[in-house]
Amino acid sequence: MTVNTKDSKDMVKTVDLIIDEFHAKKEELIPILMKVSQELGHISTPALEQISERMHIPQSQVYSVASFYRLIYTKSTGRHVIKFCESAPCHVAGGREVWNAIQKELKVKPGETSADGKWTLTTTSCLGVCAVGPVMMVDEDIYGNLRPDQLTDILGKYE
Amino acid sequence: MAYFRSNVLVCSDPECIGKGSEKILESLLAELSKKGLAEEVKVMDTPRIGDCDKGPEILVYPEGYHYVGLTVEDIPFLVEEQFLKGRPVNKLLAPPKKEEAQELREPTAKEVRVVLRNCGKINPENIEEYIAENGYAALAKVLTEKSPDEVIQIVKESGLRGRGGAGFSTGMKWALTRDTVGDVRYIICNADEGDPGAFMNRAVLEGDPHSVLEGMIIAAYAIGAQQGFVYCRAEYPIAVKTFEIAIKQAREYGLLGEHIFGTDFSFDLEVRQGAGAFVCGEETALIASIEGKRGEPRPRPPFPSVRGLFGKPTSINNVESYANVPQIILNGPEWFASMGTEKSKGTKTFALAGDVKKTGLIEVPFGITLREIIYDVGGGIKNDLGFKAIQTGGPMGGCLPEEFLDLPVDYERLSQAGSIMGSGGMVVLDEETCMVDIAKFFVKFIQDESCGKCVPCRVGTRRMLEILTRITEGNGRPDDIDLLEQLSVEIRQDSLCGLGQGAPNPVVSTIKHFRKEYEAHINDKVCPAKVCRALISYEIDPEKCVGCTLCARNCPVNCISGELKKTHVIDPDICIRCGICKQVCNYGAVLVK
Amino acid sequence: MNAIKSLDDLKKIREEALAKRKVTETSGATQVIVGMGTCGIAAGARETMKAVLEYIEAKNLPNIVVTQTGCIGLCEQEPILQVVMSEKEKVTYGKVSPEVVKTIMENHVEKGEVVEGHVIPMQG
Repeated sequence: MTVNTKDSKDMVKTVDLIIDEFHAKKEELIPILMKVSQELGHISTPALEQISERMHIPQSQVYSVASFYRLIYTKSTGRHVIKFCESAPCHVAGGREVWNAIQKELKVKPGETSADGKWTLTTTSCLGVCAVGPVMMVDEDIYGNLRPDQLTDILGKYE
Repeated sequence: MAYFRSNVLVCSDPECIGKGSEKILESLLAELSKKGLAEEVKVMDTPRIGDCDKGPEILVYPEGYHYVGLTVEDIPFLVEEQFLKGRPVNKLLAPPKKEEAQELREPTAKEVRVVLRNCGKINPENIEEYIAENGYAALAKVLTEKSPDEVIQIVKESGLRGRGGAGFSTGMKWALTRDTVGDVRYIICNADEGDPGAFMNRAVLEGDPHSVLEGMIIAAYAIGAQQGFVYCRAEYPIAVKTFEIAIKQAREYGLLGEHIFGTDFSFDLEVRQGAGAFVCGEETALIASIEGKRGEPRPRPPFPSVRGLFGKPTSINNVESYANVPQIILNGPEWFASMGTEKSKGTKTFALAGDVKKTGLIEVPFGITLREIIYDVGGGIKNDLGFKAIQTGGPMGGCLPEEFLDLPVDYERLSQAGSIMGSGGMVVLDEETCMVDIAKFFVKFIQDESCGKCVPCRVGTRRMLEILTRITEGNGRPDDIDLLEQLSVEIRQDSLCGLGQGAPNPVVSTIKHFRKEYEAHINDKVCPAKVCRALISYEIDPEKCVGCTLCARNCPVNCISGELKKTHVIDPDICIRCGICKQVCNYGAVLVK
Repeated sequence: MNAIKSLDDLKKIREEALAKRKVTETSGATQVIVGMGTCGIAAGARETMKAVLEYIEAKNLPNIVVTQTGCIGLCEQEPILQVVMSEKEKVTYGKVSPEVVKTIMENHVEKGEVVEGHVIPMQG
C-alpha cells in the first residue's frame, strides 16, 4: 500500500505538536493518545510508531495502553461516530426499540462502519444522563429522550 | 503583609451611627492598642450588618460572634474576654437566629439539599455567585483559624463516610495520609462516575464546581498536599469544561496557587480525563491511569494513603465527599452528625432512574426508606404499573423486591439486604421487567469493563454471561442455577478488586428473590415478563386489526402480510421480535405472547 | 481582579455580589435562566436557549438578562427554564421546547401572566 507522503508528513506533524503540548511526559501518554485519536480519527500504525519513538516507550506498550481504553480508537472510523448508550437505565426506558431502529436505519451492525464510510456505530457505557434516556451521542452532540421516529431527522443533520 | 488573627466589623449604618457606633469603634481601637493587640486584631467599619434595631453591633471573625446593643462601658471587658482570653461574652451576644439550614429541613419535603444546595440556583461559571452563597468562607475559616489536625478532627467527628461507595471514614483516610512520613503528598478527586444510572457527581461538577474545589483545597491543607488531580471521565465533556473554568477563576482570585489567603499554604490542581474505562473508578486503577498506564487495579495493602500516585501518600475521595466539607466546616460537625442514622451520618444524593415518574436527582438524609424515596420523592411508578424491584448501587449492586420497601437506607442495611450503596444510583423496575434479562444486562456491562488482569473476574464473568444468555435464548439447562451460584461464590472470593468481587451481586440477588423467573425460562422456556425475544411471539389480534397496513410497512423483515382494510398476519418463522409493529400500531392490535 | 488575600477581601466580594444581585432584582429587569447541564442539553436545551435569544432579538425586548445554570435534579423535566420578574418569586417551567418558549415569552415575560400548564411546583 502506498502512503501519500503529504498525508504522512501531516500526520507526523500533528502527532508531534500534540506530544509537544504535553511536553512528551510519559505520564501524559493517555491524554496524548486521546487527542491523537480525536484529531486523526484513530491511532494508525504510523502514528503509533511516531509516539513510541518520540516518547521512548516500546510500541507494544503504547498499543497495550491504547487498546485498553474504549475511547481511544485503534481502528479507523467513519466520518461520524455514533455512541449509543447500552446501559440498563436507558435499556429500561425504551432503549431496545431505538437500538433496533438505528441499526435498521443505517444498515450497520454494532462496531462496524457503513459501506459508504459515513457512520460507525458503537455502544458506550453510561453517559450520566439516565433521566432523559434513551441517549446517544453523535460525535460530540448528545441526544436524549430518543424515539425511533426521531432518528431520520437527527441523522439527517450530518453530512 | 500583615496577618491579623481576628477581624472586627463595626456596623456604620446610619441607624447604628445614631446609636453611637462611631464611639464604639474609637473605643475598640483605643482599648486594643492599650492591651497591645493592635497588630493582631483589625477593626473596620462596614456599611451594614443587619440588626441595627439592636445596634450598635459588631461582628467578630473568624468565629462569627455577633455582639449587639454595645455601650462604650462594655468595651474594656469585651476586649479582655474576647481577644485576650478567647472567650465570647454571652450576655452581649445577639440572641440565636433560626439557622439558615432550617429551610432545608422542612419535614414535609423529604429532601435536604446540602451537596446540591447551589445546583440550579447559581451560574456555575461565575465564581462570584458561589462566593455570594458563602462560598470559600469555610476555606477562609480553616486557613486563618484551624490547624490541619483540627480540620481532620472536625471531619472525623462529623461522621462523613466516603461517598463513592466504600463508605470509609473520610477523616480517617485524611489522617492516614497525613501520618505517612514524606514531603510530597497528593489529593485526587474521583470523578470517574461510571455506574450506569448514576449522575449525581456530574450534576455537582456542572452545577456547583466550586463546592468541590473548596473541599479539595481544605483537604489539601489538612493532609499537607501540594498538588491535586481531578480525574473526570471523558464521557462528561461539559463537566470537564465547567471545572476547568472554575479552576481558572479560582487561580485568578488567589484561591489556588501560592500563598492562598496570604498564608504559607500553596496548592494547585489540574483536571485529568479518563478514556472510557469503567474500572478506572477503582482507586488503584485510577492512579495507574494518571501515571499513563493500563487501568489495572493492584492488590492492597499498601493502600494509596501510604503509597499512591507516583509512589507517594495519596488521598482519593469522591466528588460528593469533597462537596460536603465546606458545609461541615461552616455549620460544625454536630450539625452534620445530627442527620442520618447511627453509623451513616449526613445526607446522600441519589439518582433515580428507570420506571419511576420523577427521574432525576434527590438528596435525602440517611435513614429514609426505599418506599419514601420511590413514592414520596419519586412520585411512584411510571404509568402506575406495579413495582417489581429496585436496583441500587450500580452494576455491582443487588435487586431488592417489594418486601424491602420499608428498609431504611444506610450503608450497613443495604449490605445486609444483599445490595450495596455504591455511589448512589437507583434504578426502579416495574412489573414488566424480566429479572433474568436485567441480570444479564449488568453482567454484560461488568464483562465488558473487566480489566482482564485476574482469572476469576475475566473468565468467571464471561462464563456467567454465557449461561445467562443461553437462559434468555431458551437454551437453559437444569443445573444452570446451581452453576451460577457456584461461580458467584468463587468470583466473589477470589477476584482482585471490587469490580470482580461485586460482579456476582446482580445474579445472586435476582436468583434469591426471583428464582421462579429463572425456572420458568429454563424449564418451561417461557419469559413471564414477555421480554426475552426468543421466548415470545408476536401476534395480531383479528378483533382489533383494521388493516391500516402501518405495521407491515414498518416491519424490517417484511414478515407481516395482509391487504388494505383486511386483518394482517405475522409470520412467526421470519419475525425477529423487534417490537416495531407493536409500537406503531394505533389500535393495540399487536399482542405479545 | 485582585487576588483574595484576606477574610476582608472575601467579605467585600461577597457583599458586592449580593448587592449586584439585589440591583438586578430591583432594577425591573427580568431574568430568564436556562438549565444547561448535560441532561438539559440532551433534552434540547441548546435549541431552547437559541429560541429565547432569537425571540428577544426579534421583538427587541429591553431589560432582560439571560443566564444559564446547571442541573437542578429534575432531569426528567428538562429542558427547564426559569423566569424571575422584578421582585417576584422565581417560576420554574419544565419541558420547554422552542414552541413553549414562544408561549412563555409572550405571556409571562411580556405580559406577566404565568403559563400554568408548564409550571413545575418547586419544594423548599
